[in-house]
Amino acid sequence: MSAQQEFAADVLVVGGGPAATWAALDAARAGADVVLADKGYCGTSGSTAAGGTGVWYVDPEPALREAAMASREALGGHLADRRWMARVLDQTYVNMNELAESRSYPFPTGPDGRQLRTGLQGPEYMRRMRIRVRRAGVRILDHSPVTELLTAADGSVAGAAGQRRQAGHPFLVRAGAVVLATGGCAFLSKALGTNTNTGDGALYAAEVGAELSGMEFSNAYGIAPEHTSVTKTAFYSYASFSTGDGAALEGAASQGGRSVIARSLLAGEKVYCRLDRADEAARRAMRLAQPNFFLTFDRLGIDPFTDRFAVTLLAEGTVRGTGGIRIAGDDCRTTVPGLYAAGDAATREEICGGFTGGGSHNAAWAMSSGTWAGRGAAGYARALGPGAHRRVLAPAGRAGLRPTAAPGGRPGGDAREIVAAVQRQVLPYDKNYLRHGDGLTGALSVLDDTWARLRAGLRATGTDAVRARQAAALTANARWMYRSALARTESRGMARRLDHPGQDPAQHHRIASGGLDEVWTRPLARTATEAAA
Amino acid sequence: MIELVSAERCVACDRCIRVCPTDVFERGADGVPVIARQDDCQTCFQCEANCPADALFVAPYTHPQPQDPAVRDERRLADAGLLGSYRAQIGWGRGRTPGALRAIGPALGPAAQATPITS
Repeated sequence: MSAQQEFAADVLVVGGGPAATWAALDAARAGADVVLADKGYCGTSGSTAAGGTGVWYVDPEPALREAAMASREALGGHLADRRWMARVLDQTYVNMNELAESRSYPFPTGPDGRQLRTGLQGPEYMRRMRIRVRRAGVRILDHSPVTELLTAADGSVAGAAGQRRQAGHPFLVRAGAVVLATGGCAFLSKALGTNTNTGDGALYAAEVGAELSGMEFSNAYGIAPEHTSVTKTAFYSYASFSTGDGAALEGAASQGGRSVIARSLLAGEKVYCRLDRADEAARRAMRLAQPNFFLTFDRLGIDPFTDRFAVTLLAEGTVRGTGGIRIAGDDCRTTVPGLYAAGDAATREEICGGFTGGGSHNAAWAMSSGTWAGRGAAGYARALGPGAHRRVLAPAGRAGLRPTAAPGGRPGGDAREIVAAVQRQVLPYDKNYLRHGDGLTGALSVLDDTWARLRAGLRATGTDAVRARQAAALTANARWMYRSALARTESRGMARRLDHPGQDPAQHHRIASGGLDEVWTRPLARTATEAAA
Repeated sequence: MIELVSAERCVACDRCIRVCPTDVFERGADGVPVIARQDDCQTCFQCEANCPADALFVAPYTHPQPQDPAVRDERRLADAGLLGSYRAQIGWGRGRTPGALRAIGPALGPAAQATPITS
C-alpha cells in the first residue's frame, strides 16, 4: 500500500459544493487554517454546479419577508422554524450581496435597471466559489473522498481519513473541527449532478453518534425526458401531459400531479409531455436562464415547446427532500463536539419543514449554513488551542472497512451488488414515492438484511474503500428513511402515506433517527419558535 | 453520457480528467484522455463546459450507446453545431460574455401562480 499523506488544519471541510465552499471561505476569514477535501472536483461536484438554482433572496422589507416565510409553512406541515427562516433570509441576503459587490458573480440586470439576485447558474457560481476559496488560502484536495472520521479519546471529532483517488494513496487530516458538507443522498439515480451525493456525511456522522432528522422527507422525484439526466422540474409548470394515444393525462402536473405520472409509469404506460403553455417570451427567457435544460432536447432533436416527448421521474432522495444530519445549535454544530454540518448533508427542516427544499431554499440554506458552520468550526478549533493536533486519533469507520465477521465467513457481497440491492428498494415509485406501510415494512426488512450482510462481511481497502463506503452510506440512508417514514403514521409535508392519508395533530413534531446496526427513531420536542401557525 | 474524446481536437490539457466530478477519465498513453469508467458518468456535461478545445461530446442518454455510432461521429456532431455548444451557451471561452449576465428567467408558468415553484 502507498504511503499515507498527512495534513494538519484547524478546520477540515468535507465536500466541494456551495455549502462546503462557503464554510471553507468563512472559516478561513475567521482566521482558521482550512483544508477542503472533495470526493470529486470542487467547482463541478454536487447538484448545484451541474445545474442552476433559484435563491431564496428576499429584500428586507417586513411585508416581503413575512410573505416569504408564510408561503410554505402549511406545505411543510408546520415543521419549519420562524427564527431560522429569518436568520437564513438575513444571511442569504448578506452572502448574495457580497457575491454581487465583490464582483464574484455576474448577476444579470433586470428591466428596472437593478441586478437580479434571485438566481445563480451552477457552473459559473461554483467555478467562482472555487477561485474565492483558493484566494482565501484554503488548501483544496480534489478527488479526495473522505472514507471515515477520526475521533479523539473524549469522542469529539478530530479529523478524517480517505483516499486521494487520482494519486492512488490514502490521506489523513488532523483537524480541530470538521464540517460535513457532503450533500444529500439521491441513491446514484443519475438525476442531474447528484451521483456525488451518496449520503456519505450522514453515515460518518452516525458512526460517531450524531443524529439525523426528517429522514422521512426523502421521496423527491424530479421530471426528466426519458433516459436522460436533466431534472429541472420547475420548467414543467409549462407542461401539458398526455398518454401514448395523445389524450390529455387527467390530473398530471409538475406540482400536485406528479403522482399521476408515477402511477402511469408504474402501469407500464408512457407519459408524454410538451411545454406548450409557455409563450414566446417565456420560451426565450427559459433558454437564457437555464441553457442546460435545453442540452438534452437540442441533442435529441426535440423542440420541447412543439414536440411531444416521453418523460420519466428520477429519484432525488434527500437532495430535494429535507432530511439530514440534525443541527444542534445556531452555528450548525451537531450533537457531537467538533462536528458541524451544512447544506444538504444537514436537515433543512429548520426552513422548509417537511416540504422539498429543492431549488431556492436549499441554495439559501447551503450558503447560510455553510457560513455559520465555517465560523463555528473555526471558533471551536481556536478554543482547542495548539494541542488539537497532538490528540491520539481513533478511526470511526465501520461498515465496509472493518467487518465484524471472522475472515472466511459469509461473504458480504461487493459494493456494486449492494448498491443495486438498495436501489431496488428505494428507486421504484411504488415503494418510495407512493408509500404504504406494507411496502415500507417489506423494503426495510430487505434493507436491514443487506446492512447485516455488508456489516459482517464487506471489507475493502485502498481506493476500493470509496465504493464500499458509498454502498454502506446508501444502505444506511435508506434504512433511516424508511424507519422514519414508518414512524410517521400520517401524511405531512412530502411524507405522504397511502395508508394514512390525513394529517394527525398529535404528530406535529419532527422525527429524529440514527443508529447503524440498530436503527432507531424518536419524536423531537418542538422548540418555542417552530412555526406556531 | 460521455461518448467522444476527439483525438484530433484534444490539446492534452488534462482539464477533463481533473474536473470530472465522478472521475471518468484516465490519461491515455498518447496524452489524450480515455473514457475509463463510462458507467460512472452522470451526464452532467461539465467536462464539455470546461474543455478549451471543444473536443468532448456528452450524449444526453444516461446509459452508454454502443450501438449508436452517431453519438461518436465527430463530423456529424460538428456539422450539427453540437461540439462545444454548452460552453458557448454559458459564455465560457475567450471573447465571450458570461451567460449568467443574460440569465433572466421567465415568470414561472400558469401553474406557478397557484402553487409556489419549489424545484
